Amino acid sequence: MSLSTANLTRFAPLLGFAAIAAGLGFALTNDPRKMPSMLIDRPAPKFALPPLDAGSSGLASEDLNGKVALLNVFASWCGGCRVEHPTLVQIAKDGAVPLYGINWKDKPGDGLKWLRAHANPYLKVGDDPSGRLGIDMGVTGVPETFVIDRTGRIRYRHAGPITPDVWQETFEPLLASLRSER
Amino acid sequence: MAPEIGHYALILALAISLTQAVVPILGARRGNRELMAYGGRAALGQCACIVLSFAALTYAFITSDFSVEIVAANSHTAKPLVYKISGVWANHEGSMLLWVLILSIFGAALALFGANLPDTLKANALAVQGMISLGFLAFIEFTSNPFNRLDNPPLDGNGLNPILQDPGLAIHPPFLYLGYVGFSMAFSFSVAALIEGKVDAAWARWVRPWVLAAWCFLTIGITLGSAWAYYTLGWGGWWFWDPVENASFMPWLAGTALLHSALVVERRNALVSWTVLLGILTFSLSLVGTFLVRSGVLTSVHAFATDPARGVFILGLLIAATGGALTLYTIRMPTLKSGSPFAPVSREGALTLNNMLLLIACGTVFLGTFYPLLVDLLTRDKISVGPPYFNLTFVPIMVPLLIAMAIGPMLKWKRSELPQALERLRIPAIAVAAVVAITIALGIGRGFFSAVGSAIGMGLAVWLVGGSLAVLAYRVRLGLGPYETTLNLVRTTPLAFYGLVIAHSGMGITVAGITGMTSWATETVQSLRPGEQLQLSGYDVKLRTVELVAGPNYEAQQGTFDVSVRGRPVTTLVTQRRFYPIREQLTTSAGIHTNLISNIYVTLAEQDAKGAWPVRFYFHPFVPWIWLGALTMALGGFVSLADRRLRVGLPQSARRLAPTVAVGGPVPAE
Amino acid sequence: MIRAILSFAGLALLMLGASVPAAAVTPDEMLKDPALEARARDVSRLLRCVVCQNQSIDDSNAPLAQDLRILVRERLTAGDTNDQTINFIVARYGNFVLLKPPMQLNTVLLWFGPALLFALASFGLHRTLKAQAQPTDKVAAAPLSADEEKRLAKLLGDAPVKN
Repeated sequence: MSLSTANLTRFAPLLGFAAIAAGLGFALTNDPRKMPSMLIDRPAPKFALPPLDAGSSGLASEDLNGKVALLNVFASWCGGCRVEHPTLVQIAKDGAVPLYGINWKDKPGDGLKWLRAHANPYLKVGDDPSGRLGIDMGVTGVPETFVIDRTGRIRYRHAGPITPDVWQETFEPLLASLRSER
Repeated sequence: MAPEIGHYALILALAISLTQAVVPILGARRGNRELMAYGGRAALGQCACIVLSFAALTYAFITSDFSVEIVAANSHTAKPLVYKISGVWANHEGSMLLWVLILSIFGAALALFGANLPDTLKANALAVQGMISLGFLAFIEFTSNPFNRLDNPPLDGNGLNPILQDPGLAIHPPFLYLGYVGFSMAFSFSVAALIEGKVDAAWARWVRPWVLAAWCFLTIGITLGSAWAYYTLGWGGWWFWDPVENASFMPWLAGTALLHSALVVERRNALVSWTVLLGILTFSLSLVGTFLVRSGVLTSVHAFATDPARGVFILGLLIAATGGALTLYTIRMPTLKSGSPFAPVSREGALTLNNMLLLIACGTVFLGTFYPLLVDLLTRDKISVGPPYFNLTFVPIMVPLLIAMAIGPMLKWKRSELPQALERLRIPAIAVAAVVAITIALGIGRGFFSAVGSAIGMGLAVWLVGGSLAVLAYRVRLGLGPYETTLNLVRTTPLAFYGLVIAHSGMGITVAGITGMTSWATETVQSLRPGEQLQLSGYDVKLRTVELVAGPNYEAQQGTFDVSVRGRPVTTLVTQRRFYPIREQLTTSAGIHTNLISNIYVTLAEQDAKGAWPVRFYFHPFVPWIWLGALTMALGGFVSLADRRLRVGLPQSARRLAPTVAVGGPVPAE
Repeated sequence: MIRAILSFAGLALLMLGASVPAAAVTPDEMLKDPALEARARDVSRLLRCVVCQNQSIDDSNAPLAQDLRILVRERLTAGDTNDQTINFIVARYGNFVLLKPPMQLNTVLLWFGPALLFALASFGLHRTLKAQAQPTDKVAAAPLSADEEKRLAKLLGDAPVKN
């Protein structure tokens, strides 16, 4: 069979469709909601956020220095944060990893009220009412959680609530491997 | 009880479709008339069952039967009746039921009105329809049962997403599906013709009315969606190149190509295998659209989670339908012979060019829609393909198509002369030159490129409308002979020809509307207090009051504006920001006034800290024509459909091909 | 339906913590300098709102879109060019925010695809028109049909006639 126009027009539609169908099949295995973070393996941005209440010290990037830590972005108006909060409280209680919070785009006082009502799992919390630090970290919504290594680089970003399953399947092995880095 | 009846009817329809998919084909193979006739009876029975099923679901919505899962999730007692009904298809499961309902109605119509079709063609086409039904009924039954009951029904429902509580959007899906699903007829006829290994002018004559009807409905469906976006989303956008919009646009482009290539088969028995391929392609794109919308592969960040089983199932259906049909095509293609030759410059040549450009356009939309997926799969990178890409690529493809659209109908079948055709278009050409000159002269102050852009747009619009009218004038020999001849020709010119003139003019009108929006639309955003006013494009817009009003299931801040031009009152615009407490959602209802040439458009935003209201006011010249033109296109289609020669099942071609044989068969009930 | 399905996404949005819409560009966001404001609008139209369905930040009511609009205006006021402003956002959110995808290795097919389609279709059109222009009745009158030529060539042991 020679590669004539007739043969081309005869077989091209079926072959073309086969390629497209295969692509669509692969597409089904893909989660379109997973957005890569631009900050992976980059140093976390420098910041110094004010505290939620006048008594405490706020949160600065230096607070994260030299340890594997979690940076959790939350807000009082966010439903997903309510879902993950018990897990965060449990993590704090277990002392599994130092947990720091960024209160993102909340009205003054709301974040503090929320933490008082639902328990505070964070070692330190910074207030980001304008959401500007959020933008620097490529935050698209709340909750989001960043894993930061000893050298201060962001190694992983989780968008959406941390459920016990997510914690066990993703975070625990990741934290273990980060801690084993020298 | 009613939901169970509906569910049983659905299962019965599934069983019937299984037999419909098998029996008539066997009948056609063996030449058994009884078995072939079964196909028609099965199609009617299947349709009756699905009608019953759909009625049962509608009943559950109207009576607010919250023991049915999707009623509880999508309805509410406080909702107006019309939105209780439209709530039936404003969710995944119910909309799939509407899909198969329309599919079965087309099948039943084929059974009823296809009396003059050759027995075997009809039997095979009905069997293919049965196969499609089988696939989608199984999809509903196994992944998306609309009749699922809840063990603990809630006291009241979750309500319908307020953004869907709108008359335009209530009727948008039925029209869209009439189009999508209507193309299944082209598919079934194509596959049936491949099974028989025979495609001729008669085949095209039988297929074309179904394609034309589906195309008209799809045109209306897309128009409604676009108009809805314009007045609901609150910033006057009318087309976003969103994947879900593209999902409806791709079958439209392919369907438009099919409509024209079927004409070539019907008249000249040429482009035969290409037309069969297009018939398969058009419906396949409808299926791809369904896959796109329901599988969740392309919805972006934070999108509604969909059941992966559904995506797998629809992909399976797509592979079975399109893969099967294309395999058959590959086997049978060499037996499909094109008869009549034609010269490159001829009506057939122009229609081939039309097909080529429409398919490039369709391919470009496909590429842009699916490319992010490809990049994600191959390079794990996330990109977006938005309006700037589509505008850059789509417009250059459309410009030659639109130019050719006025010339094509001037060409004779088989062989024609280009200079001759252009000569007959000299009056529209002069009009185009005048409009282009005026547009550039008026717009040059706003930059050369923008002026040229607007001039091209308006020039094309005039070219299309003028060219279409010139085609009509030439056809009726206006100014070329005696007055009586023209009058006589006006009467005897077939409606299908008027359909062409109307539809092509409609395209011109739409082009003018699009040009108006991109070239001359103006907008302003200002903070106003009651009593203050703003000025834009000659309009004085005064905010009279902002008050709280209550709707049936929402409360709204309602802004009332007095609009005047040079002190003369024009109209009063009312805009609302509606809050729906059941879903805790806000929607906008824009205040729009149209005089059919331009729109003025006003919306209100949230009151600012200083107590003023941010007001956005838009002036949109020619913009109503975007939708009026599209509806004119659909009207052209319907006019053409009303042509006696096109009526379903009337074998006009028999007379043409064999003039000595009397017109066969009884005139179908119409 | 199309947009109906789309708007269901709104529900999920609430879950992940976007609040109710405020409004696209509000008067207090706007810059005093009309030229700068016009540039800000141009830039905003090219940037995708990352939490929306295919909307630019200029069109979107989402709070994040508003923050980005303000950021764009700050960068422009600080003296950044349009491109610098866009790159600033891309550095944080990736190429995903560009409604007009950049020309790079993995978008070559996207940008040249339509031209490729055009070339393929022109080739197809050329062949179709050429094939269709062959009058079949003339073939019958011709001394030898193509098939006969082939058969003859075969009989004579010649190389097959190029098709």
